[in-house]
Amino acid sequence: MSEQFPALLITVPLISAFFITALGWRSAKPAYPIALLALASALFSSMGLFGEVLKHGKVSYRLGGWPPPFGIEYAVDALNAFVLVVISFVALINLIAAKRKVDGSFSGKSPAFYALYVMFVSGLLGITVTGDVFNLYVLLEITALTGYALIGMGDKHAPLAGFNYLIMGTIGASFYLLGVGYLYLATGSLNMGNLSEIIPTIQSKQTIIFAFIFCLLGLFIKMALFPLHNWLPNAYSYSPPAASGLIAPLTTKVMIYVMIRLVYSVFTPAFSFGHPILPTVFIWLAIIAIVMGSLLALAQKNLLKILSYIIVAEVGYMVGGFWLGNSDGMTGAILHIANDALMTLCLFLVAGNFIFVLKNDRLESFKGLIHKMPLTMAAFIIGALSIIGVPPTCGFFSKWYLIKGGIEAGQYGFVAALLFSSLVNVILFFKIIEITYFEPETKDGHSLHHHVAIPREEAPLSMLIPLAITTLLLIGVGLYSKEIVTGIIQHVLPTI
Amino acid sequence: MEEITALLVSRYNYWAFIVLMMVGLYGMIAKNNLVKKIIGMNIFQTAIILFYVSIGAKKDATIPIIEHGHHGEEVVIKAVDYINPLPHVLMLTAIVVSVATLGVALALAIRVYRQYNTLEENEIKSQLSEE
Amino acid sequence: MEGIESIRPLLAVAVSILAVPLIMLSSRKPNLREGWTFLAAGLKFLIVLSLLPLILDGGSYTLTIVQVLPGLGIKLRVDSFGILFALVSSSLWIVTSAYSIGYMRGLKEHSQTRYFCFFALSLSATIGVAFSANLLTLYLFYEMLSLATYPLVTHHQDAEARKSGRKYLAYIVGSSIGLVLPAMLAIYYLTGTLDFSYQGLFTGTESPLVILLLLLLMIFGFAKAGIMPFHSWLPAAMVAPTPVSALLHAVAVVKVGVFCIVRVVTGVFGVQFLQTLQLGTVLCYIAAFTIITASLIALAQDNLKARLAFSTVGQLSYIVLGVALLSPLGITGGMLHIAMHAFGKITLFFCAGAIFVATGFKNISQLNGIGRKMPFTMGAFFVGSMSVIGVPPGGGFISKWFLVLGTIESDQWIMLVVLLVSSILNAAYFLPIVYRAFFHPPGETGISTGMEEAPSFCLIPLMFTAFCSIVLLFFPQPFYSLAEQSVRMITQGW
Repeated sequence: MSEQFPALLITVPLISAFFITALGWRSAKPAYPIALLALASALFSSMGLFGEVLKHGKVSYRLGGWPPPFGIEYAVDALNAFVLVVISFVALINLIAAKRKVDGSFSGKSPAFYALYVMFVSGLLGITVTGDVFNLYVLLEITALTGYALIGMGDKHAPLAGFNYLIMGTIGASFYLLGVGYLYLATGSLNMGNLSEIIPTIQSKQTIIFAFIFCLLGLFIKMALFPLHNWLPNAYSYSPPAASGLIAPLTTKVMIYVMIRLVYSVFTPAFSFGHPILPTVFIWLAIIAIVMGSLLALAQKNLLKILSYIIVAEVGYMVGGFWLGNSDGMTGAILHIANDALMTLCLFLVAGNFIFVLKNDRLESFKGLIHKMPLTMAAFIIGALSIIGVPPTCGFFSKWYLIKGGIEAGQYGFVAALLFSSLVNVILFFKIIEITYFEPETKDGHSLHHHVAIPREEAPLSMLIPLAITTLLLIGVGLYSKEIVTGIIQHVLPTI
Repeated sequence: MEEITALLVSRYNYWAFIVLMMVGLYGMIAKNNLVKKIIGMNIFQTAIILFYVSIGAKKDATIPIIEHGHHGEEVVIKAVDYINPLPHVLMLTAIVVSVATLGVALALAIRVYRQYNTLEENEIKSQLSEE
Repeated sequence: MEGIESIRPLLAVAVSILAVPLIMLSSRKPNLREGWTFLAAGLKFLIVLSLLPLILDGGSYTLTIVQVLPGLGIKLRVDSFGILFALVSSSLWIVTSAYSIGYMRGLKEHSQTRYFCFFALSLSATIGVAFSANLLTLYLFYEMLSLATYPLVTHHQDAEARKSGRKYLAYIVGSSIGLVLPAMLAIYYLTGTLDFSYQGLFTGTESPLVILLLLLLMIFGFAKAGIMPFHSWLPAAMVAPTPVSALLHAVAVVKVGVFCIVRVVTGVFGVQFLQTLQLGTVLCYIAAFTIITASLIALAQDNLKARLAFSTVGQLSYIVLGVALLSPLGITGGMLHIAMHAFGKITLFFCAGAIFVATGFKNISQLNGIGRKMPFTMGAFFVGSMSVIGVPPGGGFISKWFLVLGTIESDQWIMLVVLLVSSILNAAYFLPIVYRAFFHPPGETGISTGMEEAPSFCLIPLMFTAFCSIVLLFFPQPFYSLAEQSVRMITQGW
C-alpha cells in the first residue's frame, strides 16, 4: 500500500472527479462526501509519503513500471513531500469551509464545482510529485484549466476575469512548453534526474540558457510575478469564495515550488546561480514586485483585492529569497511556501466568512464587525499579524530568514523592500481593523456612553472550525519553525 | 548578409514557427474581440506544436516503424533512418490540452457575452467604468 | 554563571494571560471579574517576590520556553535588573487595578471587560520584556505589548481615539519593524547570537560606524522610550482612560521602552565596548536634547495630562542619560529612576484622573482653589511632583543624586548642567499647579466649597503610591541593592 502512495495521491482524486460528475447527473448529494473522502485520502497519502521520505529518503515511483528516463517517474524527496502535505491540507480545510458557500451560491451546479475542485487539487499534487518535465506541463494545464473554470463559476465579472487569466495562463504554459522543447533539443531527455546529469556535461550552454529563460518566464507568468501579475487580482477577487480559498493560497506557491524544483533538479544550482546576471535580475524583479504589490494593495477598497495584491508582494518575497542563493534565503523561501499558504488560507477563509454574512467585501461595509463577528475577527487579526510578521506567528520566522539571507548576500534593496512591505501591511490591516472597531463617526463625537448593541451574526460552525484550525496552526507552525527548518528544509538545500 | 541569408534558409522551420508565434501573441494581446484573442491563442499554441514536430523530423528519414521486426532476422536498426517519434507523441497530448483550453475559453466567452452583451473588450471596459 | 532552571519566570509572565479567559467569562458579574484581576495581580506580584531572594544572593533563573529557530529560542532569564523592573510593574498593577475600578465605574465607561482583559495581557507582555533572556524574546514581548495596548489607548472608540491610535501604532510598530528588526538581524548576522551578556556580543572587529548605526537604530527603534523625535505618540496616547495613561504611559509601556534601551546598551553592546568606542557621548547628547526640549514643551501645556506626558518624555531620557554616561553611578541612577519615577508619576496621573472623576476638569487653568475641595488628592500631587522634580521628600531625590554623581564620575559637566536646568524646569511646570490649587481663590469655574473627593477606590491608591514615594526616599532598599548588583555585574561581566 505505502509504495503506491505517489500514484494513489493523484489517481484517487482524479477518479473521484469522474464519479462525482457521473453521479451528478442523477443526484447532487453524493458529490460532497466523495470529494471529502478523496481529499482526505490525498491528505492521508501525502502524510504517509512524508513519513516514508523522512524515514528512508527519496522515494521514486515508476508510472506503469517503465524505468526512467523512458517512463514517467514520480520522484518524492523531503521538499515535495512537504509541499504535498501543505497542498492536501489546505485543500481539505477549504473544502470543509466551502460546503455552506457552495450550497448557498450554486446549488444546482454543485457536482460540477466539486469535480473541478478535486481535479484542481490532483493537478497540483501531480505537479508536485512528478519527475518529468513534460508531464509537469500537462498537469500544469490540468490545474490551470480547472482553475479557469472554477473562477468562471463566479458571478458578475468572474467570467471575464477567468478569461483574462486563461489568456495569460496559456501564454505562460506555452512559454514553459517552449522551454521544455529547447531542453529536449539540447539533451534528448525529459526526466528531471536524467536532465540534471546531462546538463553539466553539455559544452555549449546557449540552448540551455534559452530553455532556462523560457521555462522561468512561463512560471513567472503563472506565479504572477510583477509586472506579469495583471491577471491575478481580478481572478482571485471575483472568483466564488469557495474556490478562491483553494486557488489563492496554493497556485502561486506551487509555481514557486516548480521554480525551485527546476533549479534544484533540472538546471542544477551550479548552472542557475552561476549565471552572471540572471539571479540579480530576478532579485530586482522581486524587489519591484514587493514594493509595487504593497503599494497597489494600499489603493484597494475591497478586502479580496487587498489580499490579492498582498499575494503579488508575497510572490516577490519567495522569488527574491530564493534567488539570493544562500542557504538562509532559500530556507526562508521554502518556509514561506508553507507559511504563506496557511496565512493566505486563513485570510481568504475570513474573507469568505465576511462575504457569507455581509454579501460583499467592501471595506466600508465592515463597520462594527468586531462586535458582529468577533471570532472571525480574532482569526483575521492573527492572520494579519502573521502577514505583517509579528512573532510568534509563522510569518515572522520566514521573514526572519529572508531578511537574514538578504543581509548575508548584501542585497540591502531586498531587505528594505521586505521591511517596507511589512510596514505597508501594518497600515493595510490596521486600516481594516480600525473600520471594524471604531464607531461610525458622529457629528457631535459624544455618543460614547450609549453604544448601540450590535447583534452577533457569526458565520456557521462549519466555516468557523476550519478557520480556527488554520489560525491556531499559524502560531503552532511558527513555534515549530526550528523543526521544519532542521528536519526538512536543510536536507533539501543544495550545496553551492 | 550571406550569413544571415544562410541562417534564414537553413533554419527556415524555426523562422516559420517564430513568425507564427508572434502572430498569435499579437492576436492575444492586441485584439479587441475576445474570439479573435482565442484564435490568436490557438495560433500561438500551434506554433509551438509545429516547433516540436520539426524537432523530431529528419531529412531522408522515415516513420519509426520497424518493418522487419517480426521475422526474427538480425536487422541493424539505424536511428538516423527514422524520425524521432517522441516529440510527435508529446504533441498529441499538447493538442488535447489546446483543444481543452479552447473549449474552456469559448465557454467563458459565452458567459462573458451573457454578462455584458458584447465580446468587444473596449465596450466591456466602458461598461465596467460606468459602474 | 548558569542560572537555575525554573518554571516560575514563565508563571510570572503567564498568570495574567491565564486570567484573560476568566475575565471574559465573568463579563456579566463585574465583582467577580475584578476579583480575577486582583487575584492575577496578587499572584503575579507574589511570584515575582518569590524570585527575589535568590537574585539578591547573586543567582538567576532561566527557562527556555521553545526553541523556535536553530540556536535561537524564546528564553526567559531573571536577573537583578529584570526583577527590579518586574517588581515595579507588578506591584503597581495591583494599585492600578484598584484605581481602575474606581475610575471606570465612577465614569460608567463602556466595554469594561475588554479593558480589563487587555490590561492583563499588557502586564504579561511587560513582565515578559523584563525577563527576556535574548533580543528575540524581548522583541516578541515588546510587539505583544504594542498590540495589547492599542485597544486600551483607543478605548473611547471615537474620532479622536482613532487618530491617536493611528499615531500610536505608526510610531511604535513602525519603529520596531522598521528599525529594531533589521538591527536585530544585523546583530545576529554579525555576532551569531542574541543572548544578552554584560560583556557585550561584539568582538570588536566590526567597524565603529556600523556599531554606531546599530546603536542609533536600537535607541530610536524602541520608540516606547519616547526619545525625540519619536516621542509624539505619547502625548497623543493621553486620550486613553487615565488608569491606562497612569500604568501604561507612565510606567509599563514607556518604561519598557527605556528598559529595552538599557538592556540593549548593557547587554548587547556592552558598556566597556561602548566606552572604548566613545559612543556614550552621542547618546548623552540625544538624551539631553530630549530632556530639555520636553521640559520646555511641558511648560506650555494647559491640559494636565498633556503636561504630565511631556514631563514623562523628559524623565525617560534621564534614564537613557544615566546609562549613556557609561559610569557605574550613572547606571545605578538610571535604573533607580525607573522605580522612583514610576511611583512619582503614577501618583500624578492618578491625581489627574481623580480630579477628572470628581469634577470633570482636564485643564490646569480650571484648577483654581481645587486644593480646598480635594486636599488629599492635591497633597498627593504635591508629593508626586516633589519626587519627579527630585527633591525630598520624594524618592526621586535618590535617583537624581546618583545621576548627578554619574555625570561627575564620567566628567560630563555639560550633562550636569542639563540635569540641573531640567530640575528647575520641572519645578517650573509642577509647582504652579500646586500653588494654584491651594492658594488661588476659586474662580468663576464654580468650584463649590467643602470637601468633595473622588471615590475611595481612586483615592486610596493614589494616597498609597504617594506614601510609597516618600518611603522610597528612606528605604530604597530592594531597588537600590538590585541596581547596585546589576551595576556590579555590568562592570565585572557576567
